[in-house]
Amino acid sequence: MKVKGKVFKYGNNVDTDVIIPARYLNTSNHQELAKHCMEDIDADFIKNVQDGDIMVASKNFGCGSSREHAPIAIKTAGISCVIATDFARIFYRNAINIGLPILECPEAAAKIEAGDEVEVDFDTGLITNITKNETYQGQAFPEFMQKIIAAGGLVNSINKKL
Amino acid sequence: MGMTMTQKILAAHAGLSEVKPGDLIMADLDLVLGNDITAPVAINVFKGINAKTVFDKDKVALVPDHFAPNKDIQAAEQCKMMRQFAGEQDITNYFEVGEMGVEHALLPEKGLVVAGDLVIGADSHTCTYGALGAFSTGVGSTDMAAGMATGKAWFKIPAAIKFNITGKMNQYVSGKDVILHIIGMIGVDGALYQSMEFVGEGIANLTIDDRFTIANMAIEAGAKNGIFIVDDQTIDYIKAHSSKEFTVYTADEDAQYERTIEINLSTIKPTVAFPHLPENTKTTDEITEPVIIDQVVIGSCTNGRLSDFAKAAKIFEGRKVAKGIRTLIIPATQKIYLQCMELGYFKTFVEAGATVSAPTCGPCLGGHMGILASGERCVATTNRNFVGRMGHVDSEVYLANPEVAAASAILGRIADPSELPKL
Repeated sequence: MKVKGKVFKYGNNVDTDVIIPARYLNTSNHQELAKHCMEDIDADFIKNVQDGDIMVASKNFGCGSSREHAPIAIKTAGISCVIATDFARIFYRNAINIGLPILECPEAAAKIEAGDEVEVDFDTGLITNITKNETYQGQAFPEFMQKIIAAGGLVNSINKKL
Repeated sequence: MGMTMTQKILAAHAGLSEVKPGDLIMADLDLVLGNDITAPVAINVFKGINAKTVFDKDKVALVPDHFAPNKDIQAAEQCKMMRQFAGEQDITNYFEVGEMGVEHALLPEKGLVVAGDLVIGADSHTCTYGALGAFSTGVGSTDMAAGMATGKAWFKIPAAIKFNITGKMNQYVSGKDVILHIIGMIGVDGALYQSMEFVGEGIANLTIDDRFTIANMAIEAGAKNGIFIVDDQTIDYIKAHSSKEFTVYTADEDAQYERTIEINLSTIKPTVAFPHLPENTKTTDEITEPVIIDQVVIGSCTNGRLSDFAKAAKIFEGRKVAKGIRTLIIPATQKIYLQCMELGYFKTFVEAGATVSAPTCGPCLGGHMGILASGERCVATTNRNFVGRMGHVDSEVYLANPEVAAASAILGRIADPSELPKL
């Protein structure tokens, strides 16, 4: 499975409070949450994001709260994949569970710039920067994670099995 | 190969005699926790997987604490949804407003967590219970739903960092300063995916409340969990609060640690985390430019316990909050509230010019009860100072211990209690 899109680039320690501020957590409606995604660090994100776009950041992406609303907001906003140097552990787990593909790749996190056109192959973990004509090797997803992502999250994956 | 405390608890709950870092296991859960923000998402997932009943109605805890007492109509709907679910499922440990409190202060107080337990909670500060020698960690709502349905969760066995604690804390230093000092040293990702295991002779000089505060903020260093050795103080606490059986796990002599960090409590000074990360720490004597503030919050799952208010009351006794400073006192549970009242702390706070709120997470996460406007600054005994955490995106939160927070309220700027004029 491959995705392709334009890159939104962020730095270190992007926390779940900026991904989706707590003031909007009085709802669990996915569309409502997506409207405020990244609002406190990038007010234009939601205006500019297109379906399939990719988010790239540096260290410790998704640190802070356990709110699953954070990966839900990113996914519902249209982001097809998040690439980072590494992820905070609860966010990592939540992203897999809700079917938001995420990839750890320090080289990609360092070299990809905002606006680059990037393609990600989930089967191989290969990241292709079309704009810069470069490739970076991320870690491929283990098979069970690929199945969860393909099903659109853990719940759908469980329901498929039943 | 020897195992750490965490590895032993995880192995025991998976029915394994040995585990090593990186192993994936399926473990039995002793308790699954959710609150009014995370449980509604989990309840939808629970219904989505066609689960009928929770695995054990005594082993699920639901606490409306974040936006409760209901801050607005939408929050009221979320609390209502959780209340209805608790009713349908006959959940034993659902705590309504009037008996509830901030979840991580409430659960140990109610005796729901003891040494050796394995607890997951859909709240990142679930790691608090490591203070009692339990393995506890934050998860998302989907994991909570799966945990409620099956009583199980998968874990990757973490490596660990050992913190060897020695010495004794000085005046105006408490658990908050210890953990801020550690986060300042290793960074907000310094323990990413790892356990923080606290051992050493100095543990005896940390009260259980100090340990709750330290374990609570393990997540702010990226840790999977923080855990303390069990000593006489722990056992006294557990026996005083719970009738549950407990198990004491100790690390093997040859347990493997990624690294060992020496912490001498006597060298730690009152410490403040500046915006916008808990790792941006300065000791109070390193603050050269006055930091003028607008608000002080004393409360939360980090520092909303009785000893925190005892310390704050001692500072406020006979003194006044500076003109124009809003000071909010938020006892974490009903029991703590009552004790503060009986011990006369509320009188001290109110006479000083502070206001007292019902238990709630409230302002800590920018929910309600003390939201900041643009450009405003707050000294808070809470756990996070991220951008926009307590309100406007251009507001600032400074994390501190209750004595520093109280002294700051009195002087109208971030202050060390030793700066206060003698009475």
